[in-house]
Amino acid sequence: MITFTAVTKRFPDGTVAVDDLTLDLPEGKITVFVGPSGCGKTTSLRMINRMVEPTSGQVLVQGRDVMEQDPAELRRGIGYVIQTAGLLPHRTVVDNIATVPYLLGWDKKRARSTALELLERVGLPAAYAKRYPAQLSGGQQQRVGVARALAAGPPIMLVDEPFSAVGPVVRAQLQAEFLRLQQDLGKTIAFVTHDIDEAVKLGDVVAVFHQGGHLAQVDTPEQLLAAPANDFVADFVGRDRGIRRLGFRLADSLPVQPVDAPRDSEWVLDLDDRGRPRGWSRRGVTASMQSGGGTFTTADSLRTVLDLTLTSPAGVAVRVDQHGVADGTVDHAAIAAHIQDDPIRAAR
Amino acid sequence: MLQYLRTSSPAVLAALGQHVVLALLPVLIGLAVALPVGYLAHRFRWLYPPLLTISSVLYAVPSLALFVVLPVILGTQTLDPLNIVVALSVYTVALLVRTVVDGLASVPPAVTAAATAVGFRPLGLLLRVELPIAVPVILAGLRVATVSNVSLVSVGALLGVGGLGALFTDGLQRDYLAPIITGIVLSVLLALVLDSVIVGVQRVLTPWSRVGER
Repeated sequence: MITFTAVTKRFPDGTVAVDDLTLDLPEGKITVFVGPSGCGKTTSLRMINRMVEPTSGQVLVQGRDVMEQDPAELRRGIGYVIQTAGLLPHRTVVDNIATVPYLLGWDKKRARSTALELLERVGLPAAYAKRYPAQLSGGQQQRVGVARALAAGPPIMLVDEPFSAVGPVVRAQLQAEFLRLQQDLGKTIAFVTHDIDEAVKLGDVVAVFHQGGHLAQVDTPEQLLAAPANDFVADFVGRDRGIRRLGFRLADSLPVQPVDAPRDSEWVLDLDDRGRPRGWSRRGVTASMQSGGGTFTTADSLRTVLDLTLTSPAGVAVRVDQHGVADGTVDHAAIAAHIQDDPIRAAR
Repeated sequence: MLQYLRTSSPAVLAALGQHVVLALLPVLIGLAVALPVGYLAHRFRWLYPPLLTISSVLYAVPSLALFVVLPVILGTQTLDPLNIVVALSVYTVALLVRTVVDGLASVPPAVTAAATAVGFRPLGLLLRVELPIAVPVILAGLRVATVSNVSLVSVGALLGVGGLGALFTDGLQRDYLAPIITGIVLSVLLALVLDSVIVGVQRVLTPWSRVGER
């Protein structure tokens, strides 16, 4: 869908921003370009829609060299989301979303009704359609930016640090919604970020850029955390990569002990009459299930389960079935033993 | 005073009409010239400093001197209203080139970059993004130019073409206060009316510029 072949970008001042980049972006997936500032990730992204032109090498979009296409037409076929949203301050929200349909010459009615649908899809009330960008918060502007990128239904989207200007709570929310949208739409997405946590959370494939536009590693997030290709990547993904990696593994094959099995703890699990956990108690002292860690299901990650064992007073996480009935417990020793059997670790 | 207005109102209205034309025509011509010149100075930054110097020098030429010299340069009659129109157009251009450049420079670079990236071509970018966003700054300059023209037209009366300025020369020659007061009041009213018209146009054109502060 998008292919870089031996692409080099040398700026007039002699700086080599991207050096001999060869990379395939799989169709229908999110490929994250991540790396420290000045690593060439944004320059690479901008070569896809010809905002930057390669000095040598070839960028193919849907099999066609971008340099052989009219830049404006090429760009209208590629959704683009940037950090500051980059909305047109003199146009209303609905007209901002309809920017590309207008440029493509859609009739006004169709462009607007598409824009209104998208407004709802990105989670903004229809009443916002008539507002101007200056009347929206940063997070709301970013949602409009995403809607604008989707308006003409492009198969490809370029996304450049879209969530770095909003606070952590809104960011987490926008990331989750972005993933939900992508599940429905299946676009081919190139996503630039300097935040490795975001890369690992959103990417199907993560391309780690080194200074000067060299690729340090291209891998799935889990593989990146499990097996960094070199010290640079290991350093970049951070020290707690072992814990973070557990976030990618489901607790579905984690062996559990029966709920009534004897434990090395004086804490006793309180169950209600249907077998649902209420909390922990020890010699008249009680801790509710919320403050005492909580419960997990087979759909949770090993990271969640490990965290539960650390916050539970008994050092034990409680598994529940779909009715909320306790059907097993696990402690950290059992999780550690389970991770030891990890196929990836065994392979190395 | 009332006596004067009763007998001379047709002449006063004619002077007012001429004043409006002599003041506004140069604004339109000046804007039409300043827009492309300002755009060029915005696109090619090296043009801006020399253009700014030329504008300042032009603006510094005394209006009466320009009214007198222009017939020689243009080959027109001294009494030709064209002299006034050309002179005031020169002043308007001198004022507005800077305004147009400042207006285009007020467009956030992130907005032009994003607009380019979603597929605007250079002309569409100028007409549908950069100019509309520059409107508040350009209209602010246009207000100054318009009001200043209303006042400068009167000077033309010393050469015999000056709209309401003719009332001043008339009053002075006859040592008669009524036409002078009429001329002053109408000049000020005209300036106020034209200024509010521009403000009104701006409110209609740029509803977005007033929503920034919530």
